[in-house]
Amino acid sequence: MKKIILNWFTIGLAAIALAGARAQEIKIENTINVLGQTKPVPIALSGFTGEGAEVLKFDLTVQGFSIVAPDAAQYLVSGSDAGGVAGNLTDKYAKRVLLSRSYNGASLRRQAHAFADDIVLAVTGKKGIGQTKIAFKSQPSGNGAGEIYVADFDGHGSQRVTTDNTIVAKPAWVPGKLAVYYTSYARGNPDIFYHSLSSGQRRVIAGYSGLNTSASVSPDGARIAMVLSKAGSPNVWVCNADGTGLKQLTTGIEDSSPTWSPDGSWICFATKHNERRRLAKVPAGGGTVQYLSTTGAANPTEPDWSPDGKWIAFTSQMGDFNICVMPADGSMPPSVLVSGQNPSWAPNSRTLTYNRPMGYRQVLSVLDVFTKQYKDCARATGSSSQPAWAK
Amino acid sequence: MKTNQIIFPLALALAATLATTGCKHTPLKVTQIPGQTASNVGGGENPNTLPPGGAIPGSENTSAGNGPGTLATAGLNEFEGMIKDPAALAANTIHFSFDSAAIKKGEEGNISAVASALSANPSDKLLIEGNCDERGTEEYNRALGERRALAAREALAKHGVSSDRIRTISYGKDKPADPGHDEAAWSKNRRADFILLHPKAGV
Repeated sequence: MKKIILNWFTIGLAAIALAGARAQEIKIENTINVLGQTKPVPIALSGFTGEGAEVLKFDLTVQGFSIVAPDAAQYLVSGSDAGGVAGNLTDKYAKRVLLSRSYNGASLRRQAHAFADDIVLAVTGKKGIGQTKIAFKSQPSGNGAGEIYVADFDGHGSQRVTTDNTIVAKPAWVPGKLAVYYTSYARGNPDIFYHSLSSGQRRVIAGYSGLNTSASVSPDGARIAMVLSKAGSPNVWVCNADGTGLKQLTTGIEDSSPTWSPDGSWICFATKHNERRRLAKVPAGGGTVQYLSTTGAANPTEPDWSPDGKWIAFTSQMGDFNICVMPADGSMPPSVLVSGQNPSWAPNSRTLTYNRPMGYRQVLSVLDVFTKQYKDCARATGSSSQPAWAK
Repeated sequence: MKTNQIIFPLALALAATLATTGCKHTPLKVTQIPGQTASNVGGGENPNTLPPGGAIPGSENTSAGNGPGTLATAGLNEFEGMIKDPAALAANTIHFSFDSAAIKKGEEGNISAVASALSANPSDKLLIEGNCDERGTEEYNRALGERRALAAREALAKHGVSSDRIRTISYGKDKPADPGHDEAAWSKNRRADFILLHPKAGV
């Protein structure tokens, strides 16, 4: 009887807490995000040490939070990562607990990533990226032979996918599947492979004479856009997921790096037009090429369309390489954000993974495009590049 | 429980609404993290250890290999097993300007030397390897290297070399001739190498 009374009492309290969470959500949704200039959300962490603290700081920083002292924070996270992760999230001004939870199982890192995801969801209403994966290539000596790897998005827990000791390039995930496409020179020619990560089974889906590279999977997983040179110059082609149904989409002098719009209707790519490097888009079923304006960001290549359809990230080359983001509808000129190459969007459409130079090697890094905060991934030996975020 | 009530009073409240066996040992709502076998990798399952990559199918098994739709380029099968002779035309490597695939006028001598070698040995074929310097993004350079190799193929065609005797490959910036990071190295790396291919032994 006592227990029943307590439960009715606590349901009331819980309802208040949930209402608080919803109110917070609405407030944040109304904030206008400006590329590279948005103020991060101040949050304080207490009670976490070592690996748990490191994971929380990393995950929150690359999703638009800044880790500050409790006095300066809007949100307070307190808890512990001794033995397992447990903690709560309080809105300091509203004086409400938004989240209170403990985590069991797997590893401490995984628990901390799950807690970070819950914090992001409670504050922003958006799904966190703490438990997502990337694929990338790594080269022991900076160029030449390398292998394809998969890892947590922060670079931890990397696993080697290939063991061919040859040049590899441009891994791409199949949406929602444990499978990747990539380019490999294993047969003495740059060919595009499909590779199931669960069975290890693989097959060549494009092994034509000349260049076969830059596979990009359509959002529904059914179609592949890629670059083939079989018609006499590097151009964008599309085919079905198994390599059948091949169709040439572009006839430029030098096309590269196709990427799909999230509705599957457009393919954006890099090209050369009137001796200038440009970004362009073409209907995925074929049609007229439209050139995109990238005023202020010269020599654009490597476009990647965000999952929410709003943004195109790309690399510009002005002396060195820079990560740029522009609205896909061209309503604003691009923002030049940080030094780096090969941007790939996270599922949240606000965080990018990319590679940036460190000496003559490349390291993977993660960038929040709104606050321009970034963190380097766990370092692998050699040079790591061309990260692709699983979606 | 008393201490917990002081630290997490509301947490306790939340947990209690869901607890079916009392709240004494579970002050917080607990999220059970599944093991590596059910991780969130693009929505699929994540095996603890990846299985090794499968065997690479030979080009003869590749339905997509050189099927319908192959246009001007030679089928890769016709080059299968040929013996590479990188030394024969090593002196005829041609070089390019920055970010350009145009054959320079000064390279005409090299092009005609390569064309002569091919007409003197009708059973030989040719592999052209296009390369770039390190200034340029990776996939852009892979396309540029291919275009350099294709430009060399076109120049050879003007000297009467049939395109179906020529295979092209781009290494992008993955195979520099000089590992340096200055213009002296870059100018050597912007190149197309000609590799003479002899018929395979016993044919």
